[in-house]
Amino acid sequence: MQANNRTFYWIPYVLWIALFVVAPLLLIVYYSFFDLNGNFTFANYQNFFTPVYLTMALSSFWYAFLITFFCLIIAYPAAYFITHSKYKQLLLLLIILPSWVNLLLKAYAFLGIFSTYGAANSLLETVGIGARQILFTDFSFVFVSVYIFIPFMILPIFNALDKLNPALIYASRDLGASFWATFLKVIFPLTSSGVKAGVQAVFIPALSLFMMTRLIAGNRVITLGTAIEQHFLVTQDWGMGATIAVFLILIMIVMMIVTGTRKKGVL
Amino acid sequence: MARFWPRAYLIFVFILLYAPIFYLMFYSFNSGGTMSSFEGFTLDWYKELFADTRLLIIVLNTVVIALFSAAVSTIIGVLGALAIIYARKRIYQNALISLNNVLIVSPDVIIGASFLILFTIIGVKLGFASVLLAHIAFSVPIVVIMVLPKLEEMSSTLIDAARDLGASRLDILTKVILPYITPGIFAGFFMALTYSLDDFAVTFFVTGNGFTTLSVEIYSLARRGISLNVNALSTLLFLFTIFLVIGYYFIQKRNEKSAVGVRK
Repeated sequence: MQANNRTFYWIPYVLWIALFVVAPLLLIVYYSFFDLNGNFTFANYQNFFTPVYLTMALSSFWYAFLITFFCLIIAYPAAYFITHSKYKQLLLLLIILPSWVNLLLKAYAFLGIFSTYGAANSLLETVGIGARQILFTDFSFVFVSVYIFIPFMILPIFNALDKLNPALIYASRDLGASFWATFLKVIFPLTSSGVKAGVQAVFIPALSLFMMTRLIAGNRVITLGTAIEQHFLVTQDWGMGATIAVFLILIMIVMMIVTGTRKKGVL
Repeated sequence: MARFWPRAYLIFVFILLYAPIFYLMFYSFNSGGTMSSFEGFTLDWYKELFADTRLLIIVLNTVVIALFSAAVSTIIGVLGALAIIYARKRIYQNALISLNNVLIVSPDVIIGASFLILFTIIGVKLGFASVLLAHIAFSVPIVVIMVLPKLEEMSSTLIDAARDLGASRLDILTKVILPYITPGIFAGFFMALTYSLDDFAVTFFVTGNGFTTLSVEIYSLARRGISLNVNALSTLLFLFTIFLVIGYYFIQKRNEKSAVGVRK
């Protein structure tokens, strides 16, 4: 094949990469060095290391950790039971379906469920605990986020479990390992790639969910995403917003390295 | 292990996943106007929804953006997958794939914020054009991801055979490669469509004033509090989603049967 003839293949795609992948990233970094008046400065980075922003970053991390943790706790057994079910494909489809429902509508549903006279409070009253404020607390934020992310955690874990050779489990049981020993020494290590993929799919978005904090947490929780949105669309301080975005990108890269590299080493 | 616990656990998870959605749909028929006490059955909210021309225009905007962006991104994505597969060196291939995946793993806020800067600098007016461009941009990598495996599994002997039999380069592309990867193209188009329909965060950043898509509209409605219009809307959207999933399922099924030489 002649090189000349081939040119037309890659032009649109490479243009796309240049314009929408490389340029935006460079622009984010570039803008992080400018203040509100357009002067070159390192002040944004200095600001980021003040207690205000560090506490925010840490609390955002903490919430993302909680969300990922609860997702994992709920998703792993679910994925495990689905792989052992007769109706595997149907159940999987049923897990995926809610993830196609618009995220905002799911959050909106919880505005009703968690409201003062909503279903959650009626339930609490019947049980005898009594009604309380659920909406606009950090509990509601974590709960709704976990709810939204569960399918994204179940899917990769399911795929990993599904690929697991059952002979390995039989071997482990035959050799006298208990169910828990088999799980801890055989099943979990062999499906850790799925867990990592799931953690990746939940943790990073959980750091950047700004609409959830606005709708469900009533601004009581501020994530990195909320801060970026606030700076770009409300206070118009693009420099500071870009600086936080730079840190979010760095965290993302670290996460990718941590959860990505050992895929082969496990086996 | 007993049969009971797995089943009970799965039922619990499914109730957790579906209860909020059905809760939402249930109250769309409430004449009471709240999402907590059901007073009586009514279809008023649906009537109100269909009488709301502003909302209908927003739905139309959303659909136009989705179809248009999915079509354009499918073309760019297919060309991109071809570019990756025919890259001359392994290094180029890996570099292209890494760059391709940047937008897939980036959080929406980052994509939204960086596109906002980009559009402001190159002077794209925020509105229809910026939203369309943004949607095309974030859909391209998804199409590439869906098409690439098809190209990879295609045996190079097919192309050799076509060339031996005298096919021109264009013939090879349109009569051998494209038919072979059609299922991947369909899947890519479909994914692009759903990503576009569903996107909120990126659109929210680049939409400016005056132009709205459904997701952004739902957000501003939800911020104002509960109005059962939104419930009626979500019921319709949920039914539409199920319809789409079933449609997708059948397209996949048909492709598996009719596509030439599919090995799986």
